[in-house]
Amino acid sequence: MPPSFRTPGHASARALLVETLPIGAAVAAYGLSYGVLAVAAGMSPLAATVTSLVVLAGGSQFAFVGVLAAGGAPLAGAMAGLMVNARYLAFGFAIASHLPGGSLPRRVLDGYLVLDESVALALGRGGVDRVRRFRLAGWTVVVGWTGASAVGAYGGALIGDPGTYGLDAAFPAGFLALLAPWLRTRRGRVAATVGAGLALGLAPVVPPGVPIVAAALGAVAAMAVPPGAGDGGHADPALGTDTETVSGVHDRASARGVDDRASVSRVDDREGRRG
Amino acid sequence: MMWIAIAVLAVGTLALKATGPVAAAGSELPPRLRTLVELLPAALLAALVANQTVADGASMTVDARVPGVAVAALAVALRAPFALVVLLGAGVTALVRLAGWG
Repeated sequence: MPPSFRTPGHASARALLVETLPIGAAVAAYGLSYGVLAVAAGMSPLAATVTSLVVLAGGSQFAFVGVLAAGGAPLAGAMAGLMVNARYLAFGFAIASHLPGGSLPRRVLDGYLVLDESVALALGRGGVDRVRRFRLAGWTVVVGWTGASAVGAYGGALIGDPGTYGLDAAFPAGFLALLAPWLRTRRGRVAATVGAGLALGLAPVVPPGVPIVAAALGAVAAMAVPPGAGDGGHADPALGTDTETVSGVHDRASARGVDDRASVSRVDDREGRRG
Repeated sequence: MMWIAIAVLAVGTLALKATGPVAAAGSELPPRLRTLVELLPAALLAALVANQTVADGASMTVDARVPGVAVAALAVALRAPFALVVLLGAGVTALVRLAGWG
């Protein structure tokens, strides 16, 4: 198959942008309030803005500012932030096998873009555009989050309390929409249920950030469950199906037509080794 | 002290985020490991949804986010587009707060 062959699965740049703009908007609204809060807690507008650019993780940045506002030392805030960010280790590995790799700077740059939104959008929608979705969502957040932080930090209280606009519900609503593809498979449902249960159960008893990391065990629990009858309808053959059944993977690949050159070559590799 | 703390948070966070892509990008994980890793977002996203709907730091609170996320869940079940789900979630929560609760 010639490398320039574009399958019907490719989405236009405009279509991808339409997908990512709502994320950028919600992130920007929160960036505004972060900027205002950070300055109120004693950071300079420059420090608040630079933090958004180099950390790029809202939850941890709010945790950092929270520690400062409560009179804690900046390093303590950094430690709290790192715990909140522990889950990105898992998200990074989740997206890694779909990334093309390449030079170390390229890998680190892709690593920089690892976010809840970028990984979830890329893996949930799946297909040929996975990497484009990941990077586009990532850069949208970089621009939206940093820009809005700057406006909030330098511009003062511009929108007031995000809660008035229900923006604190925008994120769980958005994450629920991103979670939807996994809920169509049995293993995905188990992973989600166990993960949510663990997070809620542990929240009162362990420091912030830890419940989310512990929730990763939900994925382990899901592996103990056999793939369901509904699994395999998802674009990604690895999701919820027994990937060791080579013929099963090949059947699905040929039924969909060739929509992912990389996965077809992997199927060929497996058949080659067994053959 | 402030800038050192920011640097610690930035470098630490990048290390967390980039370990996966640096170590494993472009390579093929063993099938069962790959299946497990691709179930991680399901568990983590669900945890984030739960945490951001009913938790407030270490305590549980039921507030205006709950009806907002409930309506969003309905919209997701009805296959509404992403932007509409987010808008409904935020909008319902805002309206409930406007009505005086949560």
